[in-house]
Amino acid sequence: MLEIRWHSRAGQGAVTGAKGLADVVSTTGKQVQAFAFYGSAKRGAAMTAYNRVDDEVIMNHEKYMEPDYVFVIDPALVYTTDVTVNAKADTVFIITTHMNAEELVASQPKLEGKNVHTVDCIKIAQETIGRAIPNTPMLGAFMKISKMYDIEFFKENMIRVLGKLPQKIIDANMLAIQRAYDEVK
Amino acid sequence: MAFDKMELRDIEVWDGNFAAAQALRQCQIDVVAAYPITPSTPIVEGYAKFEADNFVEGQYVMVESEHAAMSACIGASAAGGRVATATSSQGFALMVETLYQSSGMRLPIILNVVNRALAAPLNVNGDHSDMYLGRDSGWIQLDAYCPQDAYDLNFIAFKIAEDHDVRLPCMIHQDGFMTSHTAQGVKTLTDDEGYNFVGDFQPMNDMLDLDHPVSHGVQTEEDWHFEHKARQHNDLMTKVFPKVQNAFDAFEKLSGRKYNIVEKYDMDDADVAVVCMGTSVETAREVATEMRAKGIKAGVVGIRLIRPFPFMQIKEALEGVKAIATLDRSAPGGAPGMLFNEMAGALFNSDTRAALSGYVYGLGGRDLTKKHLVDLYTELQANADAGKVLTPLQQFIGVRGPKLSYL
Repeated sequence: MLEIRWHSRAGQGAVTGAKGLADVVSTTGKQVQAFAFYGSAKRGAAMTAYNRVDDEVIMNHEKYMEPDYVFVIDPALVYTTDVTVNAKADTVFIITTHMNAEELVASQPKLEGKNVHTVDCIKIAQETIGRAIPNTPMLGAFMKISKMYDIEFFKENMIRVLGKLPQKIIDANMLAIQRAYDEVK
Repeated sequence: MAFDKMELRDIEVWDGNFAAAQALRQCQIDVVAAYPITPSTPIVEGYAKFEADNFVEGQYVMVESEHAAMSACIGASAAGGRVATATSSQGFALMVETLYQSSGMRLPIILNVVNRALAAPLNVNGDHSDMYLGRDSGWIQLDAYCPQDAYDLNFIAFKIAEDHDVRLPCMIHQDGFMTSHTAQGVKTLTDDEGYNFVGDFQPMNDMLDLDHPVSHGVQTEEDWHFEHKARQHNDLMTKVFPKVQNAFDAFEKLSGRKYNIVEKYDMDDADVAVVCMGTSVETAREVATEMRAKGIKAGVVGIRLIRPFPFMQIKEALEGVKAIATLDRSAPGGAPGMLFNEMAGALFNSDTRAALSGYVYGLGGRDLTKKHLVDLYTELQANADAGKVLTPLQQFIGVRGPKLSYL
Protein backbone atom coordinates (compact mmCIF):
# COMPACT_ATOMS: atom_id res chain seq x y z
CA MET A 1 0.00 0.00 0.00
CA LEU A 2 1.34 3.39 -1.07
CA GLU A 3 -0.11 6.31 0.88
CA ILE A 4 0.19 10.02 0.07
CA ARG A 5 -0.95 13.09 1.97
CA TRP A 6 -1.31 16.46 0.25
CA HIS A 7 -1.11 19.74 2.16
CA SER A 8 -2.81 22.53 0.28
CA ARG A 9 -5.06 25.53 0.50
CA ALA A 10 -8.63 25.12 -0.67
CA GLY A 11 -8.66 26.28 -4.28
CA GLN A 12 -5.10 25.23 -5.16
CA GLY A 13 -6.25 21.99 -6.72
CA ALA A 14 -5.13 19.30 -4.28
CA VAL A 15 -8.39 17.37 -4.70
CA THR A 16 -8.16 17.56 -8.48
CA GLY A 17 -4.50 16.57 -8.23
CA ALA A 18 -5.24 13.60 -5.99
CA LYS A 19 -8.09 12.43 -8.21
CA GLY A 20 -6.01 12.96 -11.34
CA LEU A 21 -3.19 10.87 -9.91
CA ALA A 22 -5.68 8.16 -8.91
CA ASP A 23 -7.09 8.17 -12.44
CA VAL A 24 -3.68 7.70 -14.06
CA VAL A 25 -2.63 5.00 -11.58
CA SER A 26 -5.93 3.17 -12.12
CA THR A 27 -5.19 2.77 -15.84
CA THR A 28 -2.20 0.61 -14.93
CA GLY A 29 -4.39 -1.97 -13.18
CA LYS A 30 -3.75 -0.77 -9.63
CA GLN A 31 -6.49 -0.06 -7.10
CA VAL A 32 -6.81 3.54 -5.98
CA GLN A 33 -8.51 5.79 -3.49
CA ALA A 34 -8.50 9.62 -3.39
CA PHE A 35 -10.23 11.73 -0.77
CA ALA A 36 -9.89 14.97 1.19
CA PHE A 37 -10.63 16.70 4.47
CA TYR A 38 -12.58 19.75 3.44
CA GLY A 39 -12.93 21.31 6.88
CA SER A 40 -14.92 24.51 6.61
CA ALA A 41 -14.22 24.54 2.86
CA LYS A 42 -13.31 28.22 2.65
CA ARG A 43 -11.08 29.22 -0.25
CA GLY A 44 -7.57 29.69 1.10
CA ALA A 45 -8.08 27.58 4.22
CA ALA A 46 -5.47 24.90 4.92
CA MET A 47 -6.73 21.46 3.89
CA THR A 48 -5.40 17.98 3.25
CA ALA A 49 -6.08 15.46 0.48
CA TYR A 50 -5.08 11.80 0.34
CA ASN A 51 -4.18 9.01 -2.06
CA ARG A 52 -3.99 5.29 -1.43
CA VAL A 53 -2.63 2.87 -4.05
CA ASP A 54 -2.56 -0.91 -3.73
CA ASP A 55 -2.71 -4.15 -5.71
CA GLU A 56 -5.86 -5.24 -3.86
CA VAL A 57 -9.21 -3.41 -3.67
CA ILE A 58 -8.82 -0.74 -0.97
CA MET A 59 -11.32 -1.35 1.81
CA ASN A 60 -9.74 0.82 4.46
CA HIS A 61 -11.86 3.98 4.80
CA GLU A 62 -10.17 5.44 7.87
CA LYS A 63 -8.95 8.99 7.44
CA TYR A 64 -5.92 8.34 9.65
CA MET A 65 -2.78 7.83 7.58
CA GLU A 66 0.94 7.37 8.12
CA PRO A 67 1.98 8.58 4.67
CA ASP A 68 4.81 7.31 2.48
CA TYR A 69 4.85 10.67 0.69
CA VAL A 70 3.85 14.15 1.83
CA PHE A 71 3.19 16.77 -0.85
CA VAL A 72 3.11 20.40 0.26
CA ILE A 73 1.84 22.62 -2.56
CA ASP A 74 1.66 25.92 -0.66
CA PRO A 75 4.98 27.21 0.77
CA ALA A 76 3.52 28.79 3.93
CA LEU A 77 1.87 25.58 5.16
CA VAL A 78 5.26 24.28 6.29
CA TYR A 79 5.09 26.94 9.02
CA THR A 80 1.38 27.26 9.77
CA THR A 81 0.51 23.54 9.92
CA ASP A 82 2.47 20.46 11.00
CA VAL A 83 3.27 18.73 7.71
CA THR A 84 5.23 16.04 9.59
CA VAL A 85 2.26 14.74 11.63
CA ASN A 86 1.99 10.91 11.64
CA ALA A 87 5.05 10.67 9.39
CA LYS A 88 7.18 7.53 9.35
CA ALA A 89 10.98 7.45 9.56
CA ASP A 90 11.22 7.02 5.78
CA THR A 91 8.42 9.35 4.68
CA VAL A 92 9.43 11.39 1.64
CA PHE A 93 8.52 15.09 1.64
CA ILE A 94 8.14 17.05 -1.59
CA ILE A 95 7.67 20.68 -0.71
CA THR A 96 6.87 23.74 -2.78
CA THR A 97 9.31 26.52 -1.89
CA HIS A 98 11.72 28.98 -3.48
CA MET A 99 14.40 27.72 -1.05
CA ASN A 100 16.68 24.72 -1.36
CA ALA A 101 16.22 21.81 1.04
CA GLU A 102 18.97 23.00 3.40
CA GLU A 103 17.50 26.50 3.75
CA LEU A 104 14.00 25.06 4.17
CA VAL A 105 15.03 22.67 6.95
CA ALA A 106 16.87 25.50 8.69
CA SER A 107 13.69 27.56 8.61
CA GLN A 108 11.51 24.68 9.88
CA PRO A 109 13.41 22.47 12.34
CA LYS A 110 10.62 19.86 12.32
CA LEU A 111 11.93 18.76 8.92
CA GLU A 112 15.38 18.05 10.41
CA GLY A 113 16.55 14.56 9.49
CA LYS A 114 13.64 13.97 7.08
CA ASN A 115 13.90 13.03 3.44
CA VAL A 116 13.08 16.45 1.96
CA HIS A 117 12.87 17.43 -1.71
CA THR A 118 12.05 20.92 -2.92
CA VAL A 119 10.53 22.38 -6.06
CA ASP A 120 8.88 25.77 -6.68
CA CYS A 121 5.50 24.61 -8.00
CA ILE A 122 3.95 28.04 -7.45
CA LYS A 123 6.53 29.79 -9.65
CA ILE A 124 6.36 27.04 -12.27
CA ALA A 125 2.55 27.26 -12.36
CA GLN A 126 2.62 31.03 -12.63
CA GLU A 127 5.13 30.93 -15.48
CA THR A 128 3.42 28.17 -17.45
CA ILE A 129 -0.28 28.08 -16.61
CA GLY A 130 -0.40 31.74 -15.67
CA ARG A 131 -2.06 31.07 -12.31
CA ALA A 132 -0.75 29.77 -8.98
CA ILE A 133 -2.32 26.31 -9.36
CA PRO A 134 0.53 24.12 -8.16
CA ASN A 135 -1.18 20.69 -8.32
CA THR A 136 -0.03 19.29 -11.68
CA PRO A 137 3.62 20.41 -11.28
CA MET A 138 3.69 18.58 -7.93
CA LEU A 139 2.77 15.39 -9.78
CA GLY A 140 5.64 15.97 -12.21
CA ALA A 141 8.02 16.27 -9.26
CA PHE A 142 6.52 13.13 -7.73
CA MET A 143 7.17 11.16 -10.93
CA LYS A 144 10.83 12.15 -10.75
CA ILE A 145 11.33 11.34 -7.05
CA SER A 146 9.24 8.15 -6.94
CA LYS A 147 10.15 6.91 -10.44
CA MET A 148 6.58 5.62 -10.47
CA TYR A 149 6.03 6.01 -14.23
CA ASP A 150 7.93 7.23 -17.23
CA ILE A 151 7.21 10.96 -17.48
CA GLU A 152 5.96 10.70 -21.09
CA PHE A 153 3.47 7.96 -20.10
CA PHE A 154 2.30 10.10 -17.20
CA LYS A 155 1.86 13.21 -19.34
CA GLU A 156 -0.08 11.28 -21.99
CA ASN A 157 -2.50 10.09 -19.35
CA MET A 158 -2.80 13.51 -17.75
CA ILE A 159 -3.83 14.90 -21.15
CA ARG A 160 -6.77 12.49 -21.02
CA VAL A 161 -7.56 13.37 -17.37
CA LEU A 162 -7.55 17.10 -18.14
CA GLY A 163 -9.58 16.30 -21.29
CA LYS A 164 -12.31 18.91 -21.07
CA LEU A 165 -10.00 21.92 -20.52
CA PRO A 166 -9.01 24.21 -23.42
CA GLN A 167 -5.97 22.95 -25.38
CA LYS A 168 -3.91 25.98 -24.30
CA ILE A 169 -4.40 25.10 -20.62
CA ILE A 170 -3.60 21.43 -21.22
CA ASP A 171 -0.39 22.37 -23.05
CA ALA A 172 0.60 24.70 -20.20
CA ASN A 173 -0.01 21.95 -17.64
CA MET A 174 2.21 19.56 -19.61
CA LEU A 175 4.93 22.17 -19.60
CA ALA A 176 4.48 22.65 -15.85
CA ILE A 177 4.67 18.90 -15.18
CA GLN A 178 7.86 18.59 -17.24
CA ARG A 179 9.48 21.62 -15.60
CA ALA A 180 8.77 20.35 -12.08
CA TYR A 181 10.10 16.93 -13.12
CA ASP A 182 13.31 18.58 -14.32
CA GLU A 183 13.67 21.07 -11.48
CA VAL A 184 12.84 19.09 -8.32
CA LYS A 185 15.83 18.56 -6.09
CA MET B 1 -35.97 13.47 -29.24
CA ALA B 2 -32.79 11.46 -29.50
CA PHE B 3 -30.08 11.59 -26.89
CA ASP B 4 -26.39 10.80 -27.06
CA LYS B 5 -24.74 7.76 -25.53
CA MET B 6 -21.56 8.04 -23.53
CA GLU B 7 -18.49 5.86 -23.95
CA LEU B 8 -17.18 4.77 -20.55
CA ARG B 9 -13.96 2.99 -19.75
CA ASP B 10 -14.34 -0.46 -18.13
CA ILE B 11 -13.03 1.05 -14.90
CA GLU B 12 -13.59 4.73 -14.19
CA VAL B 13 -12.18 6.54 -11.15
CA TRP B 14 -15.33 8.09 -9.71
CA ASP B 15 -16.46 9.24 -6.32
CA GLY B 16 -19.75 7.92 -4.96
CA ASN B 17 -21.68 10.99 -6.07
CA PHE B 18 -20.55 10.83 -9.67
CA ALA B 19 -21.08 7.07 -9.73
CA ALA B 20 -24.69 7.62 -8.67
CA ALA B 21 -25.17 10.44 -11.22
CA GLN B 22 -23.85 8.20 -14.00
CA ALA B 23 -26.18 5.38 -12.95
CA LEU B 24 -29.13 7.80 -13.06
CA ARG B 25 -28.07 8.88 -16.55
CA GLN B 26 -27.90 5.28 -17.72
CA CYS B 27 -31.32 4.53 -16.21
CA GLN B 28 -32.76 7.49 -18.17
CA ILE B 29 -34.85 9.22 -15.53
CA ASP B 30 -37.86 11.14 -16.85
CA VAL B 31 -37.93 13.66 -14.02
CA VAL B 32 -35.33 14.72 -11.45
CA ALA B 33 -36.68 17.42 -9.13
CA ALA B 34 -34.04 18.53 -6.67
CA TYR B 35 -32.88 21.13 -4.21
CA PRO B 36 -29.13 20.50 -3.90
CA ILE B 37 -27.52 20.09 -0.48
CA THR B 38 -24.02 19.11 0.65
CA PRO B 39 -22.73 16.42 0.32
CA SER B 40 -25.26 15.07 -2.21
CA THR B 41 -25.16 18.09 -4.55
CA PRO B 42 -22.94 16.57 -7.28
CA ILE B 43 -25.50 13.81 -7.94
CA VAL B 44 -28.24 16.13 -9.13
CA GLU B 45 -25.72 18.63 -10.51
CA GLY B 46 -24.25 15.79 -12.56
CA TYR B 47 -27.66 14.73 -13.78
CA ALA B 48 -28.55 18.32 -14.72
CA LYS B 49 -25.35 18.58 -16.75
CA PHE B 50 -26.03 15.28 -18.52
CA GLU B 51 -29.47 16.61 -19.40
CA ALA B 52 -28.10 19.93 -20.61
CA ASP B 53 -25.51 18.10 -22.73
CA ASN B 54 -28.22 15.91 -24.30
CA PHE B 55 -27.15 12.67 -22.60
CA VAL B 56 -30.62 12.12 -21.15
CA GLU B 57 -34.12 12.56 -22.40
CA GLY B 58 -35.73 13.93 -19.30
CA GLN B 59 -36.63 16.94 -17.27
CA TYR B 60 -34.62 18.53 -14.47
CA VAL B 61 -36.97 20.53 -12.26
CA MET B 62 -35.58 23.27 -10.03
CA VAL B 63 -37.66 23.76 -6.90
CA GLU B 64 -37.56 25.94 -3.81
CA SER B 65 -36.94 23.34 -1.10
CA GLU B 66 -36.46 19.64 -0.46
CA HIS B 67 -40.11 19.42 0.55
CA ALA B 68 -40.98 20.77 -2.89
CA ALA B 69 -38.41 18.48 -4.51
CA MET B 70 -40.04 15.34 -3.19
CA SER B 71 -43.51 16.82 -3.82
CA ALA B 72 -42.61 17.35 -7.49
CA CYS B 73 -41.19 13.82 -7.60
CA ILE B 74 -44.48 12.52 -6.22
CA GLY B 75 -46.43 14.41 -8.88
CA ALA B 76 -44.19 13.20 -11.68
CA SER B 77 -44.24 9.62 -10.43
CA ALA B 78 -48.02 9.61 -10.04
CA ALA B 79 -48.27 11.02 -13.57
CA GLY B 80 -46.39 7.96 -14.80
CA GLY B 81 -42.67 8.71 -15.11
CA ARG B 82 -39.40 7.25 -13.88
CA VAL B 83 -38.36 9.60 -11.10
CA ALA B 84 -35.30 10.10 -8.88
CA THR B 85 -33.61 12.71 -6.73
CA ALA B 86 -30.93 13.07 -4.05
CA THR B 87 -30.57 14.77 -0.71
CA SER B 88 -28.80 14.78 2.66
CA SER B 89 -29.27 15.72 6.29
CA GLN B 90 -31.39 18.86 6.79
CA GLY B 91 -32.82 18.47 3.31
CA PHE B 92 -33.79 14.90 4.11
CA ALA B 93 -35.38 16.09 7.35
CA LEU B 94 -37.43 18.64 5.45
CA MET B 95 -38.52 15.88 3.06
CA VAL B 96 -39.80 13.59 5.79
CA GLU B 97 -43.46 14.51 5.46
CA THR B 98 -43.40 13.81 1.74
CA LEU B 99 -41.44 10.56 2.23
CA TYR B 100 -44.47 9.11 3.98
CA GLN B 101 -46.69 10.44 1.17
CA SER B 102 -44.64 8.76 -1.54
CA SER B 103 -44.51 5.38 0.16
CA GLY B 104 -48.19 5.51 1.14
CA MET B 105 -49.10 6.35 -2.45
CA ARG B 106 -46.93 3.43 -3.62
CA LEU B 107 -44.79 5.53 -5.94
CA PRO B 108 -41.47 3.92 -6.98
CA ILE B 109 -39.29 7.02 -6.57
CA ILE B 110 -35.53 6.52 -6.11
CA LEU B 111 -33.85 8.76 -3.55
CA ASN B 112 -30.08 8.85 -3.20
CA VAL B 113 -29.37 9.80 0.40
CA VAL B 114 -25.80 10.88 0.98
CA ASN B 115 -25.68 10.37 4.73
CA ARG B 116 -24.79 13.41 6.80
CA ALA B 117 -25.18 14.50 10.41
CA LEU B 118 -28.24 16.45 11.56
CA ALA B 119 -27.87 19.88 13.20
CA ALA B 120 -27.51 21.30 15.79
CA PRO B 121 -24.57 21.85 15.88
CA LEU B 122 -24.38 22.30 12.11
CA ASN B 123 -22.14 19.72 10.46
CA VAL B 124 -21.78 18.72 6.80
CA ASN B 125 -19.93 15.46 7.40
CA GLY B 126 -21.08 11.90 7.25
CA ASP B 127 -23.00 10.00 9.89
CA HIS B 128 -26.18 7.96 9.76
CA SER B 129 -28.60 10.35 11.51
CA ASP B 130 -30.61 11.09 8.36
CA MET B 131 -30.65 7.43 7.36
CA TYR B 132 -32.06 6.49 10.77
CA LEU B 133 -34.65 9.25 10.50
CA GLY B 134 -36.07 7.56 7.42
CA ARG B 135 -36.33 4.06 8.75
CA ASP B 136 -40.05 4.06 9.64
CA SER B 137 -41.10 5.91 6.48
CA GLY B 138 -42.17 2.82 4.55
CA TRP B 139 -39.37 3.11 2.00
CA ILE B 140 -37.02 0.34 0.98
CA GLN B 141 -33.49 1.29 2.13
CA LEU B 142 -30.32 -0.06 0.53
CA ASP B 143 -26.87 0.77 1.85
CA ALA B 144 -23.70 1.33 -0.23
CA TYR B 145 -20.28 0.85 1.34
CA CYS B 146 -18.15 2.33 -1.48
CA PRO B 147 -18.53 4.14 -4.83
CA GLN B 148 -18.95 0.85 -6.73
CA ASP B 149 -21.93 -0.04 -4.53
CA ALA B 150 -23.42 3.44 -5.00
CA TYR B 151 -23.31 2.88 -8.76
CA ASP B 152 -24.62 -0.69 -8.77
CA LEU B 153 -27.36 -0.22 -6.18
CA ASN B 154 -29.01 2.51 -8.26
CA PHE B 155 -29.74 0.04 -11.06
CA ILE B 156 -30.86 -2.55 -8.53
CA ALA B 157 -33.12 -0.02 -6.78
CA PHE B 158 -35.10 0.78 -9.95
CA LYS B 159 -35.48 -2.91 -10.67
CA ILE B 160 -36.95 -3.55 -7.22
CA ALA B 161 -39.04 -0.41 -6.70
CA GLU B 162 -40.71 -0.34 -10.13
CA ASP B 163 -41.73 -4.00 -10.00
CA HIS B 164 -45.54 -3.98 -10.07
CA ASP B 165 -45.67 -6.38 -7.11
CA VAL B 166 -43.57 -3.94 -5.06
CA ARG B 167 -44.41 -0.36 -6.09
CA LEU B 168 -42.55 1.19 -3.18
CA PRO B 169 -39.98 3.99 -3.18
CA CYS B 170 -36.36 3.10 -2.46
CA MET B 171 -33.45 4.98 -0.90
CA ILE B 172 -29.84 4.25 -1.72
CA HIS B 173 -27.59 5.38 1.11
CA GLN B 174 -23.91 6.22 0.90
CA ASP B 175 -21.64 7.79 3.53
CA GLY B 176 -21.18 11.54 3.09
CA PHE B 177 -17.61 12.34 1.97
CA MET B 178 -16.27 8.89 2.94
CA THR B 179 -18.05 7.47 -0.12
CA SER B 180 -19.60 10.49 -1.84
CA HIS B 181 -16.34 12.43 -2.20
CA THR B 182 -13.90 9.51 -2.23
CA ALA B 183 -12.75 8.49 -5.71
CA GLN B 184 -12.12 4.81 -6.30
CA GLY B 185 -12.17 2.49 -9.28
CA VAL B 186 -15.73 1.80 -10.41
CA LYS B 187 -16.42 -1.01 -12.89
CA THR B 188 -18.96 0.33 -15.33
CA LEU B 189 -21.80 -1.04 -17.41
CA THR B 190 -22.27 0.17 -20.96
CA ASP B 191 -25.24 2.47 -21.49
CA ASP B 192 -27.17 -0.35 -23.17
CA GLU B 193 -26.36 -2.90 -20.45
CA GLY B 194 -27.40 -0.49 -17.72
CA TYR B 195 -30.61 0.61 -19.38
CA ASN B 196 -31.64 -2.87 -20.45
CA PHE B 197 -31.17 -4.10 -16.88
CA VAL B 198 -33.80 -1.68 -15.57
CA GLY B 199 -35.85 -1.74 -18.80
CA ASP B 200 -38.49 0.68 -20.00
CA PHE B 201 -40.59 2.20 -17.25
CA GLN B 202 -43.91 0.38 -16.93
CA PRO B 203 -46.51 2.79 -15.57
CA MET B 204 -49.20 1.60 -13.18
CA ASN B 205 -52.26 3.62 -12.15
CA ASP B 206 -50.66 6.58 -13.89
CA MET B 207 -52.63 9.80 -13.91
CA LEU B 208 -51.74 10.54 -17.52
CA ASP B 209 -53.57 7.39 -18.62
CA LEU B 210 -56.71 9.36 -19.31
CA ASP B 211 -58.71 6.30 -20.36
CA HIS B 212 -58.36 4.89 -16.83
CA PRO B 213 -58.86 7.76 -14.39
CA VAL B 214 -57.42 7.24 -10.90
CA SER B 215 -57.14 9.25 -7.70
CA HIS B 216 -53.86 9.62 -5.83
CA GLY B 217 -53.35 11.06 -2.36
CA VAL B 218 -56.79 10.25 -1.00
CA GLN B 219 -58.07 10.57 2.54
CA THR B 220 -59.04 7.50 4.60
CA GLU B 221 -60.08 7.77 8.21
CA GLU B 222 -60.57 4.91 10.68
CA ASP B 223 -62.61 3.03 8.12
CA TRP B 224 -59.69 2.22 5.76
CA HIS B 225 -56.41 3.83 6.94
CA PHE B 226 -55.29 0.78 8.93
CA GLU B 227 -55.92 -1.59 6.03
CA HIS B 228 -53.80 0.53 3.71
CA LYS B 229 -50.92 0.70 6.18
CA ALA B 230 -51.22 -3.00 6.98
CA ARG B 231 -51.12 -3.91 3.31
CA GLN B 232 -48.07 -1.74 2.76
CA HIS B 233 -46.34 -3.39 5.71
CA ASN B 234 -47.38 -6.81 4.45
CA ASP B 235 -45.79 -6.10 1.08
CA LEU B 236 -42.60 -4.87 2.76
CA MET B 237 -42.45 -7.99 4.94
CA THR B 238 -43.36 -10.60 2.33
CA LYS B 239 -42.94 -9.32 -1.23
CA VAL B 240 -39.83 -7.17 -1.11
CA PHE B 241 -37.27 -9.73 0.10
CA PRO B 242 -37.68 -12.12 -2.87
CA LYS B 243 -37.70 -9.22 -5.30
CA VAL B 244 -34.51 -7.83 -3.78
CA GLN B 245 -32.91 -11.25 -4.05
CA ASN B 246 -34.05 -11.59 -7.68
CA ALA B 247 -32.61 -8.18 -8.50
CA PHE B 248 -29.30 -9.07 -6.79
CA ASP B 249 -29.20 -12.37 -8.73
CA ALA B 250 -29.97 -10.69 -12.04
CA PHE B 251 -27.34 -8.04 -11.39
CA GLU B 252 -24.74 -10.67 -10.56
CA LYS B 253 -25.54 -12.41 -13.84
CA LEU B 254 -25.03 -9.13 -15.69
CA SER B 255 -21.96 -7.77 -13.90
CA GLY B 256 -20.43 -10.60 -11.87
CA ARG B 257 -20.80 -8.46 -8.75
CA LYS B 258 -22.69 -10.17 -5.96
CA TYR B 259 -24.80 -8.39 -3.38
CA ASN B 260 -26.59 -9.98 -0.43
CA ILE B 261 -29.43 -8.81 1.78
CA VAL B 262 -27.09 -9.36 4.73
CA GLU B 263 -23.40 -9.28 3.85
CA LYS B 264 -21.33 -11.83 5.76
CA TYR B 265 -17.55 -11.68 5.83
CA ASP B 266 -15.51 -14.37 7.59
CA MET B 267 -18.64 -15.38 9.50
CA ASP B 268 -18.61 -19.16 8.96
CA ASP B 269 -16.59 -19.93 12.08
CA ALA B 270 -16.54 -16.51 13.74
CA ASP B 271 -16.40 -16.24 17.54
CA VAL B 272 -16.67 -12.45 17.53
CA ALA B 273 -18.54 -10.24 15.08
CA VAL B 274 -19.09 -6.58 14.37
CA VAL B 275 -22.43 -5.50 12.87
CA CYS B 276 -22.32 -2.18 11.05
CA MET B 277 -23.22 -0.20 7.94
CA GLY B 278 -21.61 2.07 5.35
CA THR B 279 -17.88 2.43 4.81
CA SER B 280 -17.26 0.98 8.28
CA VAL B 281 -18.19 -2.46 6.94
CA GLU B 282 -15.20 -2.43 4.61
CA THR B 283 -12.76 -1.04 7.17
CA ALA B 284 -13.97 -3.68 9.65
CA ARG B 285 -13.47 -6.42 7.03
CA GLU B 286 -9.85 -5.40 6.65
CA VAL B 287 -9.34 -5.37 10.43
CA ALA B 288 -11.15 -8.72 10.85
CA THR B 289 -8.69 -10.29 8.41
CA GLU B 290 -5.80 -8.85 10.43
CA MET B 291 -7.35 -10.11 13.71
CA ARG B 292 -7.57 -13.62 12.25
CA ALA B 293 -3.84 -13.50 11.59
CA LYS B 294 -3.50 -12.84 15.34
CA GLY B 295 -5.66 -15.85 16.20
CA ILE B 296 -8.97 -14.10 16.90
CA LYS B 297 -11.80 -15.56 14.84
CA ALA B 298 -13.29 -12.25 13.78
CA GLY B 299 -16.11 -11.62 11.34
CA VAL B 300 -18.21 -8.75 10.00
CA VAL B 301 -21.91 -8.51 9.26
CA GLY B 302 -22.94 -5.63 7.01
CA ILE B 303 -26.59 -4.69 6.63
CA ARG B 304 -27.21 -4.19 2.90
CA LEU B 305 -31.00 -4.00 3.10
CA ILE B 306 -31.89 -1.81 6.07
CA ARG B 307 -35.64 -1.71 5.40
CA PRO B 308 -37.43 -3.99 5.28
CA PHE B 309 -35.21 -5.21 8.11
CA PRO B 310 -33.78 -8.68 7.36
CA PHE B 311 -34.67 -10.15 10.75
CA MET B 312 -34.41 -13.81 9.74
CA GLN B 313 -31.23 -13.40 7.69
CA ILE B 314 -29.56 -11.56 10.59
CA LYS B 315 -30.55 -14.30 12.99
CA GLU B 316 -29.02 -16.85 10.65
CA ALA B 317 -25.86 -14.78 10.06
CA LEU B 318 -25.10 -14.49 13.77
CA GLU B 319 -25.82 -18.10 14.65
CA GLY B 320 -23.21 -19.52 17.01
CA VAL B 321 -21.27 -16.27 17.45
CA LYS B 322 -20.07 -15.75 21.04
CA ALA B 323 -19.70 -11.97 21.22
CA ILE B 324 -21.29 -9.32 19.00
CA ALA B 325 -20.79 -5.56 18.78
CA THR B 326 -23.28 -3.27 17.06
CA LEU B 327 -21.90 -0.02 15.64
CA ASP B 328 -24.45 2.80 15.50
CA ARG B 329 -23.34 5.97 13.69
CA SER B 330 -26.23 8.12 14.95
CA ALA B 331 -26.84 9.83 18.27
CA PRO B 332 -29.14 7.34 19.98
CA GLY B 333 -31.20 10.07 21.67
CA GLY B 334 -31.65 8.33 24.98
CA ALA B 335 -31.85 4.74 23.69
CA PRO B 336 -29.34 1.91 23.29
CA GLY B 337 -29.01 2.46 19.52
CA MET B 338 -30.97 1.16 16.53
CA LEU B 339 -28.68 -1.69 15.55
CA PHE B 340 -28.33 -2.80 19.17
CA ASN B 341 -32.11 -2.94 19.52
CA GLU B 342 -32.64 -4.72 16.21
CA MET B 343 -29.94 -7.31 16.96
CA ALA B 344 -31.34 -7.88 20.42
CA GLY B 345 -34.76 -8.46 18.89
CA ALA B 346 -33.44 -10.83 16.25
CA LEU B 347 -31.30 -12.81 18.69
CA PHE B 348 -33.73 -13.02 21.60
CA ASN B 349 -35.84 -15.60 19.81
CA SER B 350 -32.88 -17.64 18.60
CA ASP B 351 -30.62 -20.22 20.21
CA THR B 352 -27.64 -17.89 19.93
CA ARG B 353 -26.82 -16.60 23.40
CA ALA B 354 -24.13 -14.11 22.44
CA ALA B 355 -22.69 -11.35 24.59
CA LEU B 356 -24.22 -8.33 22.80
CA SER B 357 -22.76 -4.87 23.30
CA GLY B 358 -23.54 -1.60 21.55
CA TYR B 359 -21.22 1.17 20.44
CA VAL B 360 -21.92 4.70 19.22
CA TYR B 361 -19.20 6.07 16.93
CA GLY B 362 -18.32 8.43 14.12
CA LEU B 363 -20.83 11.21 14.74
CA GLY B 364 -20.40 14.25 12.50
CA GLY B 365 -17.79 12.43 10.40
CA ARG B 366 -15.45 11.52 13.28
CA ASP B 367 -12.92 9.02 11.96
CA LEU B 368 -13.33 5.32 12.72
CA THR B 369 -9.74 4.11 12.67
CA LYS B 370 -8.41 0.62 12.29
CA LYS B 371 -6.96 1.02 15.78
CA HIS B 372 -10.48 1.58 17.16
CA LEU B 373 -11.59 -1.65 15.54
CA VAL B 374 -8.59 -3.62 16.76
CA ASP B 375 -9.43 -2.50 20.32
CA LEU B 376 -13.08 -3.39 19.73
CA TYR B 377 -12.35 -6.93 18.52
CA THR B 378 -9.99 -7.40 21.46
CA GLU B 379 -12.77 -6.34 23.82
CA LEU B 380 -15.18 -8.71 22.08
CA GLN B 381 -12.77 -11.62 22.44
CA ALA B 382 -12.65 -10.95 26.20
CA ASN B 383 -16.45 -10.99 26.25
CA ALA B 384 -16.48 -14.23 24.28
CA ASP B 385 -13.99 -15.85 26.69
CA ALA B 386 -15.99 -14.72 29.72
CA GLY B 387 -19.31 -15.68 28.18
CA LYS B 388 -20.79 -12.32 29.12
CA VAL B 389 -20.41 -8.61 28.43
CA LEU B 390 -17.62 -7.34 30.70
CA THR B 391 -18.22 -3.66 29.85
CA PRO B 392 -21.30 -1.47 30.10
CA LEU B 393 -23.77 -2.36 27.34
CA GLN B 394 -23.43 1.01 25.58
CA GLN B 395 -20.07 2.67 24.94
CA PHE B 396 -18.81 5.53 22.81
CA ILE B 397 -15.86 5.16 20.43
CA GLY B 398 -13.61 8.06 19.46
CA VAL B 399 -15.21 10.85 21.48
CA ARG B 400 -12.89 13.20 23.40
CA GLY B 401 -13.06 13.66 27.16
CA PRO B 402 -13.79 11.04 29.80
CA LYS B 403 -14.81 7.63 28.44
CA LEU B 404 -18.58 7.54 28.09
CA SER B 405 -20.60 4.43 28.83
CA TYR B 406 -24.13 3.62 29.91
CA LEU B 407 -26.39 0.73 30.83
